Order: sequence, then structure tokens, then C-alpha cells
Amino acid sequence: MSYADEQDWEVVIGLEIHTQLATQSKIFSGAATAYGAEPNTQACTVDLGFPGVLPVLNQEAVRMAVKFGCAIDAEIAPYSIFARKNYFYPDLPKGYQISQMDLPIVGKGHLDIEVDGESKRVGITRAHLEEDAGKSLHEDFHGLTGIDLNRAGTPLLEIVSEPDMRSAKEAVAYMRKLHELVRYLEISDGNMQEGSFRCDANVSVRPRGQQQFGTRTEIKNINSFRFIEKAINYEVERHIEILERGGKITQETRLYDSVKDETRSMRSKEEANDYRYFPDPDLLPVMIAPELLAEIKSQLPELPSSKKQRFKEQYQLDNESATILTSARELADFFETVVKLSACDAKICSNWITGELLGALNKASLEIAASPVSAERFAGLLQRIADNTISGKIAKQVFEAMWQSEESADAIIAAQGLQQITDMSAIEAIIDTIIADNPGQVEQYRSGKDKVFAFFVGQVMKQSQGKANPAEVNKMLKAKLQ
Amino acid sequence: MYQQTIAQLALGLRQGTFTSVELTQAYLTRIKQHSELNSFITVTEEQALQAAKAADLRLAQGNAEPLTGIPLAQKDIFCTLGVKTSCGSKILDNFIAPYNATVVEKFNAAGAVMLGKLNMDEFAMGSSNETSFYGAVKNPWDLNCVPGGSSGGSAAAVAAHLVAGATGTDTGGSIRQPAALCGITGLKPTYGRVSRYGMIAYASSLDQGGPMTRTAEDAAIMLQVMAGFDPKDSTSSDQAVPDYSASLNAPLQGLKIGLPKEFFTADLDSEIAATLAAAIDEYRKMGAEIKEISMPNLNMAIPAYYIIAPAEASANLSRFDGVRFGYRCSNPVDLTDLYTRSRGEAFGNEVKRRILIGTYALSAGYYDAYYLKAQKIRRLISEDFKNALAEVDVIMGPVTPSTAFAIGEKSNDPIQMYLSDIYTIAINLAGVPAMSIPAGLVNNKPVGLQIIGNYFAEAKLLNVAHQFQQVTPWHQHSPKGFE
Repeated sequence: MSYADEQDWEVVIGLEIHTQLATQSKIFSGAATAYGAEPNTQACTVDLGFPGVLPVLNQEAVRMAVKFGCAIDAEIAPYSIFARKNYFYPDLPKGYQISQMDLPIVGKGHLDIEVDGESKRVGITRAHLEEDAGKSLHEDFHGLTGIDLNRAGTPLLEIVSEPDMRSAKEAVAYMRKLHELVRYLEISDGNMQEGSFRCDANVSVRPRGQQQFGTRTEIKNINSFRFIEKAINYEVERHIEILERGGKITQETRLYDSVKDETRSMRSKEEANDYRYFPDPDLLPVMIAPELLAEIKSQLPELPSSKKQRFKEQYQLDNESATILTSARELADFFETVVKLSACDAKICSNWITGELLGALNKASLEIAASPVSAERFAGLLQRIADNTISGKIAKQVFEAMWQSEESADAIIAAQGLQQITDMSAIEAIIDTIIADNPGQVEQYRSGKDKVFAFFVGQVMKQSQGKANPAEVNKMLKAKLQ
Repeated sequence: MYQQTIAQLALGLRQGTFTSVELTQAYLTRIKQHSELNSFITVTEEQALQAAKAADLRLAQGNAEPLTGIPLAQKDIFCTLGVKTSCGSKILDNFIAPYNATVVEKFNAAGAVMLGKLNMDEFAMGSSNETSFYGAVKNPWDLNCVPGGSSGGSAAAVAAHLVAGATGTDTGGSIRQPAALCGITGLKPTYGRVSRYGMIAYASSLDQGGPMTRTAEDAAIMLQVMAGFDPKDSTSSDQAVPDYSASLNAPLQGLKIGLPKEFFTADLDSEIAATLAAAIDEYRKMGAEIKEISMPNLNMAIPAYYIIAPAEASANLSRFDGVRFGYRCSNPVDLTDLYTRSRGEAFGNEVKRRILIGTYALSAGYYDAYYLKAQKIRRLISEDFKNALAEVDVIMGPVTPSTAFAIGEKSNDPIQMYLSDIYTIAINLAGVPAMSIPAGLVNNKPVGLQIIGNYFAEAKLLNVAHQFQQVTPWHQHSPKGFE
């Protein structure tokens, strides 16, 4: 695909994201939702679709959906209904999925994303509650299929966007932002490996300037940010190639193969099911009283966008640092705890967290919540930078030791004798020795070669094993070398 | 002792005239003697005797409830823990329920003795009990005739004194129509009055369980146990349950009875019309005011019902797929084969017909014309009932257009069969309660009088029915050979 091609075509993307709600029990039964249990041990007669059983709506799932709706500024339906979506599949026990069709619980809302420093608003058409299906296991059963119904009845919130995204990059930004939001709201653990956050992408292209949308294809069930970008890009190229050859796009559902990095046809529109939606007579309409709505609104946590704005203003952080620090609620809390406890400059705290700490966490593939160094211990370290007990360089050494142990920064500094030399006479003695031992370099410096100054600083730091206060060293060196 | 009503039996048990074990044995013997009726699918003899022993203990300890020790039976649509629950279908012929329906739990807690599971039309789809996988049930009044359906086993067993009382379920008339054809008392409560949990669904927005007994007094005793909110059924009502026996003897002076002119047309058998007129005269004598009313949308009830009920059924019956329980075809070659043969081999024709009708009515392009239209009609019919019941206390009319018809007479003509429920179906669409009580005999076959009341006015219906039974003998008649 040439650059010129991209200029000629406009990409249109809409996403449907299924996020698993973090309720204790299933959406219509009392069975547990925990992941990874032995097959079919977390499915009760309701989840198994036994004759005579009835669904009872989990009110916690409703609250979570409403919470999400409030966070995206959406209309919350005062009256919404559940419908049956009918199709046969062995991991769908009742032969229908309880979902919402007309009158979903969350109506029109929006989410602001940022791509290459530019802000953009993505419309959200709706979000509705539904139950998940079970799992079909095609391996290990000698030509038969195993069915695990542990996941059947797990609550999902399906979030449908408007076709507002114009590149794979925007789609990823939207998906990340949504992922961040559901975790902020604590309505989902967002675990993508476990399928708690997965995405269907609707992709089409149209000649730039054309009003009408092109024919779209839907890529199903992608559960990583990397794959969504690759899958969309592959699909866009495929569309453009077909259209430029004078061909037509077939409306169909496709699967992304991450190994081959390609999409392939799953079923065409003609093969699509007629789901025969109709209101589920076993469930009453969901009524959201104004009092409940007000209560949920009042309990809403500070959302990522306003937190980011506050961080920029309150802590004087640049956009990038504020973005990183507010990308997860736990990380933002970590930062604020450190600032508060360390009495250290917020920018230094930010640099240390986004640099050393996140670097180490990344390397160890750990989330902030699982950090071996707690916010309290980390604050203890930065406190010693702030009061000049140690230099930044020594602090890195202390941090490494803290990562390996349970010790406080103070204990490590004391045990290893790392506190800065504040005794000026000791520094002076080192400087005098160095000047005496290096007459050539002294000559060079005095004749105007300023670069040699760094040599002297290096020598002092080396001799003091990094414990001399750099600012004091600079000051005294300059005076002595005059 | 088996000729007695529940109320009389409860007294006999308390007075020590007989024990629950003796009573249970007497009924078990009768069930065996009259197996020709085919009213039972499963007889739970051992469990019944155990329950009877436990009941006798309770009676001796003095903490018995009105139903303690009374032998009853459940329509085979109610799930019973550890006992086959077939719903009259081959597809559940091997299904042992792993839990009890709420109604069953309540009867157990009350100390009632369950004699077994009663025959019924397959998945409660039928008006003659001929669609049962276990064969037709015979009407004790005439063994060549149907007992009605779908609760035909329940009606026949109560009429023949094989049980003191039974449960039934009513989606379009399945309690009232067989009660009428077998000369017993049947009550379909307000939708939501009795929990549907564990009652295998046919049409969820219409299904309602209720008692089938010899008298209104007995129906009050059974309903008292069955009624009430169930957290396991979101559509059950949390309205307080009144004492249904307390108001049975309230006088009917000034009772306003409405007779919809749409019920009394030329379509109604003239002898039945005359029987009903005589029954209504009895009410007049008791001081009731009779008034003709009009319910203009009743004629649309059958077409609306035959969209809504099959639509819901088509989804409700999808779970019978041969995967987790019930019948599975032998050696399926692939998934489609597993589905089509399991369902094809194990569902009967009437069930297949309704699944197809329902699937069609919900299909893309037809939904608005059928399902939505039917829902609109349903609302209009509900309005008719609300308007009428704002004017009168109860509505009366026929239950069936004819008395019990011959086995095989209508089984090949679904439309004729569907028309057997012409007077009962509208009540389910509106969700109001209604009863059928014996009102006379035509050619030695029972005729039922239908009494329809306002939402949650079961106590009023039972009162109105009970007063009739104080001045008429019809509920005391037994079919010849079953006295």
C-alpha cells in the first residue's frame, strides 16, 4: 500500500467492547464468577438452563452499568428491558442469551481520547447488560467437544461506540481509555488474558470526502491492544486493495489470526443468525429510580480526565507525566501518597515514579498494585533525596536494594554507609589531593578548557564513592580552580 | 374415607379417625385399581408412605398444618427432587429433577403427602391430554372421552377420588377446562400469585399454577400453601397473601355479577347455556345483582394467544437440545444432527407445531406483524377486563363450548382443538384469576361455570364459589364406578 493510497481513503471504525463486570456472583444466579475453577464447578441449575429454573437479576450488575453510564455522561434509561437472543450452540445452555435489545440500560454517551497530542471525542451509542456463554473445548476430547459452563451467566457490559474512529491508532486509544475507565470505576478487573475485556471491531473504508459509509466487516473477539491495531490495519489494507482492484467488500464476520497476522472469513451476512429477539417474560423491566441514580453519581470516583487535569494544575506536571500517572487509579494513588509522605517536590516524585519505579515494574512484568516497594517505602527514599541525605545517584542504588528486600531506605543507607558527606573539610581534603595530583588538567582548565571541569567532578565523586554532595563539590571545585 | 374433601380428611386425621398412613394406603390402592384412567405418570409409593409416617408424627405432636398428612399429587410439570419429571414428553422421560419446585417445597413443608406425578399434555400444550407421550388420560365420567387438558391427569384423578387434591397449571385454560370436563373445582390464580420456579415453562408470561380440588373450601386450603412471593421468581408478586378460608362464608347479598354478552352467543351449546342460566339463578336467589356487560375485544383472544404462547414456547423449549439432560439421539454424526434428531425424535407433533409457529412469528420481518400486534391485542383485552371489573365484582360465563368430547374426535384438527379454550384464554392474557366450578350435568357429563375476578381477588372468587357449593349438589357428584 502506497502513501498515496492512504491519502485517497478514509478509514471508519466502530468498536463493540465486552467487559466482564466484577460482581461476586453471576448476573442471573447465585453461582460464583471466579476465574479458573475446574470445568463445570461454578455452574448451578440456572446457569445450566435446567427445566423450570428462572433468572433473578443481580442488582450489583445494574449498579455497575449505571456507574459506567454516569462516567461517560450518558443517558441512563429509567426503564430498560431484557430480551432473549435466540440461537443454538452447545455452550449456550438455554438456547438463548439474555441480553438487551430495545431499551438498553445506558444510552448515548461519549469518551474523549488523545492521539498524538490531539484530543478527540468518540460517541458511545449504548451500553447494555447481558450474560456470557460458556466455553467449548475442542482439544483433548478425541474428536468430541467438551463444554465448560463456568463462564455461562457471567455478567457482561457490552459497550457500543459510534463509527467515530478514523485509524487503528484511534481505535487503540479508545480501547485503552475505556479499559482505564472500567478499572477506575472498579466495575471490571479488565483482565484481557482471562477474557474480561474483549473487542469486536467494525471496519470500513470510503473514498475521502464521501458521505456514505463503505461496506463494513466485523472482526470478532480480539483481546489485546496490539492485536486490535494489527487486525484493523490488516483489514483496512485488504479493503483498499479490493476496492482499488474494482472489487466489492462482502459484509461478513471475520476472525483475526495473530500467528499469521491476517483476518479470515467466519460467516457471511447470509449465514448470519436471525436471533428472533423478544422481551424476556421471566424478568421484570429494570427501573432506575432518580434516588438511586443520584446516589451512584455521588459515589463516582474522580475520573481519569479530571484527575489528569488536576495533576497538571496541582502538581505542575507536564501532560505526558500526568497522562502516565493517571492511567490507572492505583498508580495515581501511589503518586499522591508519595508526594504527601515524602515532602519532596512533586516533579521529582513524578520523575522517580515514571522512571525508576515503572521501569522496574515493567521489567518484572508487574502491575503497580503488586509493586515490591510500597508507596510508603518509596516516599521514605525520596524524603532522603529531599533532605540531601543522599544524592540522586546513590538513591538509585538504594532503590535497587529496596526492590530486593523489605528494608526501609533509611535502614539501607545506614547499613551501607551511603549518606552524603556533608563534612566540608572532608570534601576539601579530597579536592586538594586531586588538584595536587593532576597539574596538567589544572593547567588545561585554567587556560580555558571548561570541559576538563567534568573530569574533576568525576574524580571527586569517585574518591568519595558518590557520597559527596554534587552541588557542594561544584561550588568548592570552581573556587579552588580559579 | 377417600370420598371426603381435604377439609373433612384434615378433621379425621386430627380426631384420630384414621392415620395418614392408612389414608395414603387407601389412595395408593385406588390408584392401582383405576390405572385404566392413565392419570399418573409416576406413583411415588415409598416416598408417600414415608411422608405419611412423618405426618402422623407431626399430628401426634400437635404441630400439624391444615394439609399435614393429606395425600395430594403434582402435575408432572413441577420439578420434584429425585423423582422423574417428564412434563408429559419423551424428551424428559429420563429426567430426574435435581431440585424441588417452590410449590413442591411448600407442600412438603406443610406436611402434605405426595402420591406421585400426574399425566398431562406434552409441555402443557393441549386441551385433551392426548398429546402426552404417556398416552391419553380417560375421563372417569365417560371412559371414551377426554378429561380435558393440559392438566387432564390432575382433573381425572381428583374426579375419580384417586387423590384428595392436585396441582395443575393454566396457560390458556389448562386448569379450568379439565376441571369443567371432569366436574371438579379448579382455580387459576392471578399471574404472579404462585411461584413459577421449578414449574417447567410453556409460555412464561401466561403460565400459572393452581389447585384442583373437589370443593372451593379445599381450593382455599391448597392455595393458602401455594401462594406468595418467591425470591427465585422475579415475576411473583409480593402482595400480602390473605386468609383464603376466612372469607368463604361472607354473604353474597349485593354481589354484582357481570355476564359478557360475547360469552353467550349462538356458539355456546344450548344445554350448557341453560345449565349456566340455572346456576346464575342460584346467585340471584342469594341476593346477587346480574348485569349484562360487553367486552368487545374477547374475540381476538385466541389469535393473540396462538402468537404469544408459541413465541415464548419456541425459546423456552430450546434448552431441550440433547446436550445436558433429557433425550439424546443415538450416534449423532455432528452438532446439527444431534440437535435435529434429538428434538425431532423426542418432541411430539403438537409441540413441534407450536415451536414452528413461535419461531415464525418472531422471525425478522414478521415480528411487528405478529408478535407486536398480539401484544397490542393483549393490552386491549386487559383493558376490557379492567373496565368490566370496575363495574362488577365478578364476571361469569362458560368454561367450555361443549362437554367432554370423544378421544380422537379433535386430535387431528388443531383449530377445533384450540377453540375448546375460547372462553378461558382471554383470562390468561389479562392475568386475572378465574375458577371453574361444577354447575350441572348435561347427558351425565359435567358442565363448568367460570367465575372471573379482579387481580388478586382470589378470596372473593373462593367465597363466591363456596357459597354456590353450599346451595347446590353438583360438586358432590361422582362419576359412576368411581364413587
